[in-house]
Amino acid sequence: MEEVDVEPAVTNIPAASSGTHLGFAWGPGDILVYETLYKASGTGSGDIHEVRKDEDIYSPILRKLFNESHHIFVGLQTIREDLPSKNKKPQFVSISKNYRSVIRACMEELQQVSILLAIELIWNLCEVLFIDAAPAGSLLLHLLDWVRLHKADVDEKAREVLQSESPAEHRDYWDVPGGTQTLTEFDVKWRHWHEEVDRCLQDNSFASNKHLELICKILVGDEDTLLEHKDLLSTWYHFLVTRLLFCHPTVKPTELHYYAQSCLTMFLDSRSVPEPLDSILLAAFEFDIHQVIKDCSIALNNWWFVAHLTDLLDHCKLLQSHNLHFGSNLREFLLLEYASGLFTHHSLWQLAVDYFDHCPEFGRVYLELQIERVPLDTERKALKVLRICEQRQMSEQVRSICKIMAMRALRNNRLGSALSWSIRAKDAAFATLISERFLQDYCARGTFSDLDLIDNLGPAMLLSDRLTFLGKYREFHKLYGEKRFREASKLLLSLMTAKIAPRSFWMTLLTDALPLLEQKEVSHHIVRYAVYGQVLSL
Amino acid sequence: RGSLQWESAAPAQYCLHCCWHIGVIIMFVARSIAADHKDLIHDVSYDFHGRRMATCSSDQSVKVWDKSENGEWHCTASWKTHSGSVWRVTWAHPEFGQVLASCSFDRTAAVWEEIVGESNDKQRGLSHWIKRTTLVDSRTSVTDVKFAPKHMGLMLTTCSADGVVRIYEAPDVMNLSQWSLQHEISCKLSCSCISWNPSSSRAHPAMFAVGSDDSNVTYGGKVQIYEYNENTRKYAKAETLMTVTDAVHDIAFAPNLGRSFHVLAIATKDVRIFKLVPMRKESTSTGPTKFEVQIVAQFDNHNSQVWRVSWNITSTLLASSGDDGCVRLWKANYMDNWKCTGILKGDGSPLTGSSGQPTAMSTVVGSSVQTSQNALNGMSAGRYFFPPLDPPRAGTRYGHLLPPSSLIEHCDAEPIQPQQQALPHRLSSRALLPLPEAEGQ
Repeated sequence: MEEVDVEPAVTNIPAASSGTHLGFAWGPGDILVYETLYKASGTGSGDIHEVRKDEDIYSPILRKLFNESHHIFVGLQTIREDLPSKNKKPQFVSISKNYRSVIRACMEELQQVSILLAIELIWNLCEVLFIDAAPAGSLLLHLLDWVRLHKADVDEKAREVLQSESPAEHRDYWDVPGGTQTLTEFDVKWRHWHEEVDRCLQDNSFASNKHLELICKILVGDEDTLLEHKDLLSTWYHFLVTRLLFCHPTVKPTELHYYAQSCLTMFLDSRSVPEPLDSILLAAFEFDIHQVIKDCSIALNNWWFVAHLTDLLDHCKLLQSHNLHFGSNLREFLLLEYASGLFTHHSLWQLAVDYFDHCPEFGRVYLELQIERVPLDTERKALKVLRICEQRQMSEQVRSICKIMAMRALRNNRLGSALSWSIRAKDAAFATLISERFLQDYCARGTFSDLDLIDNLGPAMLLSDRLTFLGKYREFHKLYGEKRFREASKLLLSLMTAKIAPRSFWMTLLTDALPLLEQKEVSHHIVRYAVYGQVLSL
Repeated sequence: RGSLQWESAAPAQYCLHCCWHIGVIIMFVARSIAADHKDLIHDVSYDFHGRRMATCSSDQSVKVWDKSENGEWHCTASWKTHSGSVWRVTWAHPEFGQVLASCSFDRTAAVWEEIVGESNDKQRGLSHWIKRTTLVDSRTSVTDVKFAPKHMGLMLTTCSADGVVRIYEAPDVMNLSQWSLQHEISCKLSCSCISWNPSSSRAHPAMFAVGSDDSNVTYGGKVQIYEYNENTRKYAKAETLMTVTDAVHDIAFAPNLGRSFHVLAIATKDVRIFKLVPMRKESTSTGPTKFEVQIVAQFDNHNSQVWRVSWNITSTLLASSGDDGCVRLWKANYMDNWKCTGILKGDGSPLTGSSGQPTAMSTVVGSSVQTSQNALNGMSAGRYFFPPLDPPRAGTRYGHLLPPSSLIEHCDAEPIQPQQQALPHRLSSRALLPLPEAEGQ
């Protein structure tokens, strides 16, 4: 497969076209561009331009496509590998039809000719040729359905003309092949009938009725006649299927591309040129799956189509004809591209996570890189991101996100929130720091803030010595408040002797101890402490 | 066959060009921000989450901008930072709070921290930044300033025209006024840029690359790679890229993505991408890692000097800026072949020449009716798949692709002038009303 060397797309920036450099800065989902001069002096000011990929992820209608196809995608990944392939094929066909019905649903909403029509056309053909792999006989039927489905603007008149001749003499023709007869039986009958009609045309049996003659010419697939009525067949692939219907109804899949190529050539007059869609369909008729994927990648500004189709084809084991590595790498490459594109969207990023999960080689590392960048606008969003990381044992990302939230809370003096994030981050150093702040606050104001949090630390208290002290010190205050002086003083003493009290706090502790001296049953403990404290401070 | 047919046809509307499986990079100017600096902007830097940005200028100031929910940028701080042109500005990782560093022609680098202000300031959308420290060790212009990867702590690196790389550390993250100079590395050549290897893998020690813009080609390699040695606790030179003999203006390690090798992009007289493959160390070896250096790609499309290179977040795209006044985007397909997939180019029509009113939206330059159709269709390229409804009117390339008038928005529906250039697919820039994002997260 030769590589096509093509010109890159040029995007114009409203900036000077000469005498200036363009500076840039990568952002999530965009690139900022501005006029500047490197290593030169100069004056000038200017604008900063936000340049983005022409992206569909911002379309509300396509959001439905992304959401629903995500659902189908995940379902596809979980199909059991150990099923024999004859059981899997109908499942794959069904999944293919699901994808297509999602496309059709979006098409209806968009209500105008759009890329989705082309996508559905291509996908449908791929389903017929590759996934369903219709053999000769039913192949034509499938192709007929395919064309009919997409021939939205078939001239009613033409249909009437074609249908008006359902005369007795042609009744045999309309028997559906593959019903009760074998392909060969049908073929024989059909040839016989074809020769009959041909003979009639040759000896001018229908000369008296021009209309009938025309119809018969069509029915035997007379190329010139068909081409004369090109306007009734607006596309070459309609022409192709029509011709096949009338000339080669038992066409084999391997023969398709001959007819496809010649029909395309015949249908286009010398003025028109084939469009990207044409080459994609031709590649499909040639069963060149990789060419189809390649051409679609080129023609579409969105990875959605190639990513999902390639994934499905990979599951059907159709991408392994070259070599294994090639096949699986291509699928993963496209899925990673698609999912990365979703990640820049404020809500669709959550869909992307599942795609990365099913990319065995690079999915995890891509997810790690990108999930860290999701803006943590609210606690709720941060918790959502965290849950995703925790489920996947991405401990470094968990720690980092919690640390960012803790830092943000601390800067805004929300000590309780900062402490709880530090605990979640298992960040002992930060927990210590925040505990110090709490204690300083207490010294300054005589009360604690965020009592709920401190009272319910539980085992998290053990994260750092200072935090343990904070928790226990608060407990001391509670006991004192409940007049449980004996327990309070015991706790106070243990705090002192366990050496987790910061030095700076000893005076405070002693001061706290003073009122306890009044209590007879505890006074001797306090006295002992006072001595102890004296000794230690030396 | 098919591919040859449509390639040679190349009518104007088939401007969906790209490389195999690389995909189309069709871009547009979504919005223009009047930066309001009084002189040249030298650097623009996004913060980690892409919600804030900092700009610095020859006007000696730094501005900080915040992006609101509807995507508009508001300047929330603007202050004089140095007594000379400010070359670079960079954000620390948000784990360390809201911290910026800047470097300047005035031979200093500085660290700034945002102070949570009074509530009425917040309501007015303003914030205050205060200087935490000035780093005055350099004898010459400080050409680059970068924070080291966060797993190394809060470490700042500068490089100067005097050829010295300095690495500072703030041991107490809560006290940003205390920085100590941990390493001073003399590179012997005037330095223009530094880049840290962002990888935090334990498989290899911390590493950074320095580029020199010394133009004397006889001095050999203009890119040096330094690596941290756990035993000596110092940085030692691991590699000099001897094939890079011209002045180097910018350098960038790619994000690692779990590879065993490193990828480095260099802006010199062309764009070069190197692969550095660590060679297996003998257990007795105490010196720095030896690398096998391979050149992966080399592009001279910018025609002369390349001034900046930078990777996007996933290292799937490299952008470069050069003397041809363009920004080029480079991408590898899954076979690791690199190609240019997009070009951003000034079209000769700057919107504002002076510090005008801050506007979030730019005025439309030229018309591009079908791109507004894109916005509403949600997808571009639909128009290329279907036979024309009417033959094109003379003089209008895209005449037959006009959507129904109800769908035409603010763009003037004047016909596009036929392009004079050979490139058949220059899309006019235009402003796009951001599509309403239906639900919040």
